[in-house]
Parts: sequence; C-alpha cells; structure tokens
Amino acid sequence: MTRVGSLARAEGTLLRRDPLALVVAVGIPVLAVPMVASSGLYENGTGALLVLLIGFSMLSGVYFNLVTAIVARREARVLERLRTGELRDAEILLGTAAPAIALTWAQAVVGGVLVVVLVGASEGSNVPLAALAVVLGTAVFVLLAVVSTAFTRTVELAQVTTLPGTLIPLFLSGLVFPLDALPDWVQAVAPYSPLTPTVDLLNIALAGSGGAILAPIAILVGWLVVGTWAARRWFRWDVRR
Amino acid sequence: MTQTAAVEVEDLWRSYQGFDAVRGVSLTVRRGELFALLGTNGAGKTSALEVIEGLAPPTGGTVRVLGHDPVRERRTVRARTGVVLQEGGLQTGLTVTETLRMWAGTLSRPRPIDEVLDLLDLRHRARVRVRQLSGGERRRLDLALAVLGRPDVLFLDEPTAGLDPESRARTWRLVRELLGTGVTVLMTTHHLQEAERLADRLAILHRGVVVRDGTPAAVAAAHAQRVTFRTVLPLPPLDGTVEVVGDTVTVSTDDVAGTIAALDAWAPGLAVSTRPATLEEAFLEIAAGVAA
Repeated sequence: MTRVGSLARAEGTLLRRDPLALVVAVGIPVLAVPMVASSGLYENGTGALLVLLIGFSMLSGVYFNLVTAIVARREARVLERLRTGELRDAEILLGTAAPAIALTWAQAVVGGVLVVVLVGASEGSNVPLAALAVVLGTAVFVLLAVVSTAFTRTVELAQVTTLPGTLIPLFLSGLVFPLDALPDWVQAVAPYSPLTPTVDLLNIALAGSGGAILAPIAILVGWLVVGTWAARRWFRWDVRR
Repeated sequence: MTQTAAVEVEDLWRSYQGFDAVRGVSLTVRRGELFALLGTNGAGKTSALEVIEGLAPPTGGTVRVLGHDPVRERRTVRARTGVVLQEGGLQTGLTVTETLRMWAGTLSRPRPIDEVLDLLDLRHRARVRVRQLSGGERRRLDLALAVLGRPDVLFLDEPTAGLDPESRARTWRLVRELLGTGVTVLMTTHHLQEAERLADRLAILHRGVVVRDGTPAAVAAAHAQRVTFRTVLPLPPLDGTVEVVGDTVTVSTDDVAGTIAALDAWAPGLAVSTRPATLEEAFLEIAAGVAA
C-alpha cells in the first residue's frame, strides 16, 4: 500500500492544483444539500436526500471523473510510463483512482453532516451498512470506469461515451423516477443495474426502507466479478494499439 | 541463458492487426555492454524494445532479461531495470522533486533523490514544474527516473531524440558513467555516429528483421569499401558505385585492389585513398534495400 500511497499522494497534489475540480467536488454537497433541503421535499425522509447525493457522486465523482482521468493519463503516456516501474497494474489504477474515490467519500461525509445539521437525522440509521454500500458501489463504478476507457479514445470523447454508463444506471436506480412508474420489464431488470443495489442498500441503511440486503450485495459482487473480468480483457494501457 | 547475457531474445515476433512489426528477431546483450538497436522509422525497433521491456507480450519467441521472463516475472525484472520511453509519460503538473519522490516511493531500492538530482544536473530545477522544463531537461528527468531504482539493465528508446548537442553529450557522459559501474544498456537511436562511437555491439533492423549485427566496425566492414581520389577528367569504367562531389570522386567497391589497379592504369601516379564504409553508409545502404 505504500507504493499506491506514493502515487495517490502525487495525484492528490495534482488535484489540489486544480481549483475548479476541488470547488465542484466540495461545492456539490455544500450547495445542493441546503437547496434541496429547503425545498421541503425531504422533511420526512432525510436519509433519502443523502442517498440521492451519494448516488450522484458515484456517477459523476467516481465514474465520469475516473474515465476522464484515466484516458487523459493514457493519452499523455503516464500509464505506460508507470508500467515501466515496480507498481502492479492494479496498484497503478488504484493510485490513479484514489483522488476520485476520496472526493466521493468526502462528498458523502460532508453531505451526511449537512443533512443531519439542516434536516435532522433519521431514526435507526445503519451506518456500517451504508459504508458497505458506498465501498462496494465505489468499487463497481471504478471498474466500470476502467472498462469504459476501452472504448474512449480521447478525453473529449468521454463526454459521449460515459452517457450510457451514467444515464441508464441513474434512470434504473429510482433516484429520478419512482421505479413503479416504469414498465414491468424495466422494473424487472432495474435491480440488476449497477447503481440500483447501492441505492437499495443505502435506502435500507439510511432511509429506513425495508428489504433484504443479501440480494443487492450479491448483485454488487456479481458486478465486481464481471467488471474485473472485463477490465482485464479490454483495458488498454497505451494509445497506439 | 549464458552467464554473461543480460538480455536474450530468440525468434521474437510481434504482430498487431495483421501487421508483423517484428519478424523473428534474435539477439543477445552481454552484461556490462552498450548494445544499440538501429533502424529506419518503422523498422520495428520500438516494437521489439517494448516486448523486451515487458510492456507487451510477444506474438512468438522468447525474451529473457537477467534470466527472467519480463512479462510473466514483471516485478522481478522491473526491480532491476530502468526504462526511458521514446516520449512523454511525465505528469506535467508535478515539480521535478515531486515526480522523483512519487517514483521513488514505488521502488524497492531507490537512490536518494538529491543524488539523482545532482547526477542529472537537475538540482537547480528541482522545484520547477515539469511543464516548464525544456525538452532536454524533460529528457534528463526521464533518465533520472530510469536510474532512480539502481538498475542493472537500462532500456533507452531514443534517449537523445530532439536534444541539442550539449544535452546529447551530457546524456552520453552519464550513460558512459553508468556503463563504468557495470550497468548494461540496450538502446535505440537515430544518431549513427554516436552509436558507432559508443556501442560495443549493435543490430540493424529493417522491416522487422535483423539484417546486420556485430561490432560497429564489423558491421561497417561488411559493406563495400570506399576508394577516393580527385580529378576533373572524364572517368574510366569502374567496378562499383561512383559518387562525384565537385572534383572528389568516391567509388564504393568490393574489389579495392582491382579498382586501384584500374585507376593506376588510367592515370599513373593518381593519389588514391581507401577506407572502410562508415556505419552511417552501411546503414543507408541497408535502408535503401541494397543489402536487404
């Protein structure tokens, strides 16, 4: 982990030197939570507000940011250069992903604190389960981001290639539409979408919704297996071939 | 694997998208020597080097670096090798020291950063961000990263490409110093005169195949010798390729004695000099397909 830490620290240094990225990362919860909280929509469901925030963070903070970061480093041959050293492939990707992961988790923590302060805490919150959901969900979207770089040749193209990976999980998660308003076949496949199990677990942990936790955990583990296989199969370290 | 071999490549093939970039290359780099891989653009130098470095698997054949497979035993090999890529690979938003510190943190036996800054004459630029460095300074930083882990074998892909003469000389000084400490160097370069002067042995690649290998002198000697004289008179028929620049005539020929005899018969007492082909002349003949 020392080796990964060394790379992650350097990535963190680069992030600190990008004020816009920092403002966006910290600004989302700082601005979004008070705005949504003041709407009155979540007075009786403070946990749901936090679930919404974390769900969006997974898609934008982890998935989109990481696709962009990896493709940019591949274009600049940074990844290829790192492979000439002693780091393992997984360590290179983990070190590169560390700032995006840290920001997402920071957003969750800052958002959680703001929700509790502005709206109040839900009774019976299961913080360990919420943490497990965030960790598993993060891992899934890190892997999906790695796989997505296989068909994203340039940073500019990431704006387009990440749309399916962002919009489909979002619509199937129930965060923007109630799932029961969607056709039956959509409701049938929705639980297997990569974001839905995380949202389900967070709803159980933070919003007091009922339901078994084993099924969503199993689906997330399934995505981890598929994502790992796909990343090994299709991820490209260099731009040329 | 012989005791003295740092790198052994046997019948190496590398293909992508139906194109055979490397076709059956075999070579051996002995420990402590500088081995140069030469060739025109697209000859397969970088493609071969990437496989030898372990950055890509071979399509066929075997590669051993210090007795290990560089792909399957990557971590073992990496701990003892340093690589300079042909271009790029540096995080331009980091300073020189931050770059070295990050890299040192990933190595099992890094040199002190101050030592490397001095070795590459980068101390005065230590706090400067990479994007503000000149091309030569970036190349020195590339080399600094390659030597940071105390490598036994260095792979240098065009280490002096784009450098001014002073930076090139500085780079070669460092390479010579490293050779003096027992480091083995396998490099590609377009600077043939430098390869001729510095390399212990070399191989010339043409269309993915090694067409010549050996010491620079031996490779050059395999090509036609040069017979040079000065005249403004119409030339007699001569066996070989004749090149006239002003009043200087150079004949490239495999039959030096016959050419001199023919010239002596044509103009008795004509001052004639002979020399072997230079590496550059041999290379150009190969590139033109004369010797392919």
